[in-house]
Amino acid sequence: METKRAVVSVVGKDQIGIIAKVTSILASNEVNILDISQTILQDFFTMMMIVDVSNISSLEDLQAQLNELGEKLGLTIHVQLEEIFRAMHRI
Amino acid sequence: MDITHSEMLETIRMVQMENLDIRTVTMGISLKDCADSNFEKMNERLYKKITHYAKHLKEVAEQVEREFGIPIINKRISVTPIAEILGNCSVNEAIEIAKTLDRAAKDLGVDFLGGFSALVHKGMTKGDETLIEAIPEALSVTERVCASVSIGNTKAGINMDAVRKMGLVIKEAAEMTKDKNGLACAKLVVFCNPVEDNPFMAGAFHGAGEGEVVLNVGVSGPGVVLNALKRHPEADLGQISEVIKKTVFKITRAGELIGRVVADRLDVPFGIMDLSLAPTNAMNDSVAEILEEIGLERVGTHGTIAALALMNDAVKKGGAMASSYVGGLSGAFIPVSEDNGMIRGVQEGALTLSKLEAMTCVCSVGLDMIAVPGDVSASTLSGIIADEAAIGMINKKTTAVRIIPVPGKKAGEMVEFGGLLGRAPVMEVNAYSSDRFITRGGRIPAPLQALSN
Repeated sequence: METKRAVVSVVGKDQIGIIAKVTSILASNEVNILDISQTILQDFFTMMMIVDVSNISSLEDLQAQLNELGEKLGLTIHVQLEEIFRAMHRI
Repeated sequence: MDITHSEMLETIRMVQMENLDIRTVTMGISLKDCADSNFEKMNERLYKKITHYAKHLKEVAEQVEREFGIPIINKRISVTPIAEILGNCSVNEAIEIAKTLDRAAKDLGVDFLGGFSALVHKGMTKGDETLIEAIPEALSVTERVCASVSIGNTKAGINMDAVRKMGLVIKEAAEMTKDKNGLACAKLVVFCNPVEDNPFMAGAFHGAGEGEVVLNVGVSGPGVVLNALKRHPEADLGQISEVIKKTVFKITRAGELIGRVVADRLDVPFGIMDLSLAPTNAMNDSVAEILEEIGLERVGTHGTIAALALMNDAVKKGGAMASSYVGGLSGAFIPVSEDNGMIRGVQEGALTLSKLEAMTCVCSVGLDMIAVPGDVSASTLSGIIADEAAIGMINKKTTAVRIIPVPGKKAGEMVEFGGLLGRAPVMEVNAYSSDRFITRGGRIPAPLQALSN
């Protein structure tokens, strides 16, 4: 089966346990993390993950769960199919 | 090669902070086979055909929007110019058709439906006459239907009888919607050299050379270009052009991908990508502010046309490489009411109607969303249309006029149109009459530029 990859981005104020909470949602949805990177710029936390979403029937469901977490922690969390990044940054 | 952290951040910043969006996915639908001598039958077929093909347009577009995280602002439909299927219909029946189109658009949840149109650049058929006669009322009793009329092109010249008629039609349409500041006129475009695959409203229609159904995409993104330029305050003009090209390349690639995915999921062919910088009233989503960032104190001052020419050309160069099928209008739009920078330019006396006319020589598309005093005569409106058409005809480019003589308003007042249409300052027109010129009628012959074979 063709792998379908997505980018999960988390942006907001740094706090303890962000990665743990986000990844536990991903794990419970059977989403495998392929790559992860994070930086902190003046308390401003950004994390990017490339994940395998081949097993997911609806991205919207996952987005909804992440939105809920984002609201609780005051973070913006997005999951977007990776193709859009490829289209914009690779020829 | 994998996407880097900073590249991901760039895309996310463009969407979340700089208003990157796909302005519209527009489905073009041919209605030629709906024509029938029995009006009731034709009316029913129109509705059925449109709602059949576009049944899932909104739903699929919204799904793609969520999956890729790029907003698609408008879902639209364009149809065969209605004048071409009217045949022997009466004016009232033409108005009925407009209502049917409006009902289809509402039932499908699409924002606008374009194609209540006639192409009369050389002459008028009976159907054309009926349609043009029906425009004022059709646009007053409907919400989402857009109309356009082609009154000239480089190959045919300018049909000045049609130009005269359109001055009267615009006046009447404004009068019929005077309680809404002449809103009907905001849904009516008068064209020279129109294109058949334009996804942008109010001038979209599904041209004669198009297929049964097609999906066209219009991108946007003045905010992204503006922010990119702000990061290069010391760049010379060659470098400015380079920054715009690179930025537009990325925007266009995003648009092309989204368009292709939507087309694929709807199982219709992908048509074209329209590379236009289309402003909105959102903060910093302004073409005028790009020109000001390039170095003008206010849009409209000396140097504006040169800066606009540079920007428009860079947009095309960047976009042309990013898309396999570029079409539509592809350039920069300079609507006054939809661009906060343009509005400020007018209010502060930097930007005049004459300067806007001159600007249309170097960019798409024409005088767009211009409010003028309600007591402007029909022949003055026709004169304005004729001037724009002449610019388009001689320069072999599309020009258009979307002008609103706002009933009861004087120069300097502000009018609100709401939504994407925005708000506009009422602009002064030349007080001298064009009446004798317009009443002469006839056709301005095709220019030498037409003799290219």
